[in-house]
Amino acid sequence: MRSLNAPFFVQTLKFKPLNVERWLLWGGAAVVLVALPLVVHKGFALTLLSQMGIMVIFALSYNMLLGQGGMLSFGHAVYSGLGAYFAIHALNLIAKGALVFPVTLLPLVGGVFGALSGVIFGWVTTKKSGTTFAMISLGIGEMVAACSLMLPGFFGGEGGVTGNRQVGRPFLGISYGPEIQVYYLIAAWMFVSTAVMFALSQTPLGRIANAVRDNPERAEFIGYDTQVVRFLQLVLASFFAGASGALSAINFEIVTAENVGMLRSGGVLVATFIGGVGFFFGPILGAVIFTFFAVAISSATKAWLLYLGLFFIAMVMFAPGGVASLIVLNLRVAKAALFARLVPAYGAAIAASLIALGGFVAIIEMIYHLELEAMNDPVLKLFGLRLDVTAPAPWVGAVAVFVAGSALWWPAWRWLRRRWDEVQLRLGEGIA
Amino acid sequence: MEFFLATLLDSVAYGLLLFMLSSGLTLIFSMMGVLNFAHASFYMLGAYFAYAISTKIGFWPALVVAPALVGGVGMLVERYGLRTVHRYGHVAELLFTFGLAYLIEELVHLVWGRLPVDYRIPPELDRPLFAIYGTNFPAYRGFMMLVSVGMLVALYYTLTRTRIGLIIQAALAFPHMVEALGHNVPRVFMLVFGGGAALAGLAGVIGGAAFVTEPGMAALVGSIVFVVVVVGGMGSLTGAFIASLLIGCLQTFSVALDWSLVGALKTLGVALPSGTLLTEIAGITVSQAAPVLPYLLMVLVLIFRPRGLMGTRD
Repeated sequence: MRSLNAPFFVQTLKFKPLNVERWLLWGGAAVVLVALPLVVHKGFALTLLSQMGIMVIFALSYNMLLGQGGMLSFGHAVYSGLGAYFAIHALNLIAKGALVFPVTLLPLVGGVFGALSGVIFGWVTTKKSGTTFAMISLGIGEMVAACSLMLPGFFGGEGGVTGNRQVGRPFLGISYGPEIQVYYLIAAWMFVSTAVMFALSQTPLGRIANAVRDNPERAEFIGYDTQVVRFLQLVLASFFAGASGALSAINFEIVTAENVGMLRSGGVLVATFIGGVGFFFGPILGAVIFTFFAVAISSATKAWLLYLGLFFIAMVMFAPGGVASLIVLNLRVAKAALFARLVPAYGAAIAASLIALGGFVAIIEMIYHLELEAMNDPVLKLFGLRLDVTAPAPWVGAVAVFVAGSALWWPAWRWLRRRWDEVQLRLGEGIA
Repeated sequence: MEFFLATLLDSVAYGLLLFMLSSGLTLIFSMMGVLNFAHASFYMLGAYFAYAISTKIGFWPALVVAPALVGGVGMLVERYGLRTVHRYGHVAELLFTFGLAYLIEELVHLVWGRLPVDYRIPPELDRPLFAIYGTNFPAYRGFMMLVSVGMLVALYYTLTRTRIGLIIQAALAFPHMVEALGHNVPRVFMLVFGGGAALAGLAGVIGGAAFVTEPGMAALVGSIVFVVVVVGGMGSLTGAFIASLLIGCLQTFSVALDWSLVGALKTLGVALPSGTLLTEIAGITVSQAAPVLPYLLMVLVLIFRPRGLMGTRD
């Protein structure tokens, strides 16, 4: 497990300049984005995709702070939320005829105001890095969240501010009435923002931000003001956060105090970290996983935050490089044609984990069902089974499955580790 | 005068409660460099444990048992959680406690539900202690102050007069030297973390009964405690004490005042045009702005005195 012992921030993944691979990758991504609605066109799946796109921009902008700049922020929703508020007010002004502006470019409004709030708050927060930065960002986040209930004129109080995205005459048939048009708007903005953020990470500013993250003292010695670097990085990040906020304002047609709230700030942190902060594409994966939890799983169970929290803690403890690092590590193994050595151990570990997870989920779901709905209907439908939560048998069964899964998991995990270390050793020999 | 005295007593009681929380947090921070995001969650656990115990065997045993249980949970968290992520650095530790805060809240949902539980102050203390200018001062508030001050004295005595306290202080400054002298520094860390958690648990036992015991209580008090630690100066116990009282006063007094800028200008004979954003901002009363004031204070302190009131390092 050598690479897991590497510093917490793993090296940024770097492509060779102007190569075929890169064109294939970005072109392929564009094709997938265009073609996806042909495969999934049901209402729910499409809204899920739209929300994933918004979250991808938000998480990537967050990673400009955490991954690239080493700034752990607990208040990133401030910038996206304020961007969303300005965007929806602009939308309402367009509807009133007081402002002429295409809805398609509304994320620019959100971005500019997000960046402006970044200029204001960033001046205070970026004075420090590390733990102090984390706490100040938390304080700013709490302050804006508390303000949002104090100024009902701008923030709309408890009910929030609503708008209607179908304003003005349709342009080339685009009215943003149907969900599919909103999807393409979000997809286009996501593609462009991702490309720009990737390009930014390759600029001198992006590189020096990495230096400030890794060793601020040495960055100062070669003549850079670390505070200015952090400040610029934060302002740029808050531009994209604001743009994602504006997209969510267009998508939902409502902005509430929740958009600037702490839950959203925590959410983007969790999403980015799960994806992997050390790789540019990590937050994209994280945003997809997080949105899946927050939209799809949350509609299925009340315990989704518990599962997400456990998943997050497991990632922090065992794979601090996130899902992206796991993928890259395994790709390295596959490249050396050693992956076959791992397959049986992976199979065993995954099977044991699934058994244990099944038992665990059954226990949690039964507890929730017993507390909330057992009065009306004692039968819980889970995994195609009908479990009567008032009878002892399902409880004994679930606990037995969980215990059996955990008992199997331990040897499987040790087997996997042994194989993994062996493979890493051979990889190391290959390099030396 | 009557208002002033009554509110002052309330704010001192609240400030002392804040200190019980922030002392553990600042102790853990200065020792291990870990900013424990889940600290307020231990406070919540203390309240819920005390509720569960008090329904079975009463409030007074709960006052001792619940903090001990929370301390045990804290030690387990340090031993099997924090120590594992320690090698990935401080950011990973911070994220671990952040995830833990989520998890504890969800577990509380699971066990005790989402609604507030009926955790009340014991009947022996449910009476006025004395009256000032006709306003009754509840005996429970007095009890809260007594417990907090007692804890403060005990903490001070432990840290400065006992052997373990001296080792803790030495481990704060020179962990490697203390280790070389044969002390088990990781175990000292575990004890400090557990002790801090137990203090938070004790605050939960007495605070949960005075306020509301509900799953949102950790988030409610958590960020205020962070403000206290930043304003007081990271890692300074004296600073935490002063800042706790300061913020206790700030929060308690501001809730009761309905002054606003518009009102102040009106007494000066200046009227603002109505309906603008400026008027809306100026029309906010102090009591409406109460939730923002601690954070505003924190930002001001960070701008003008970044190390905090009593902090020694930036």
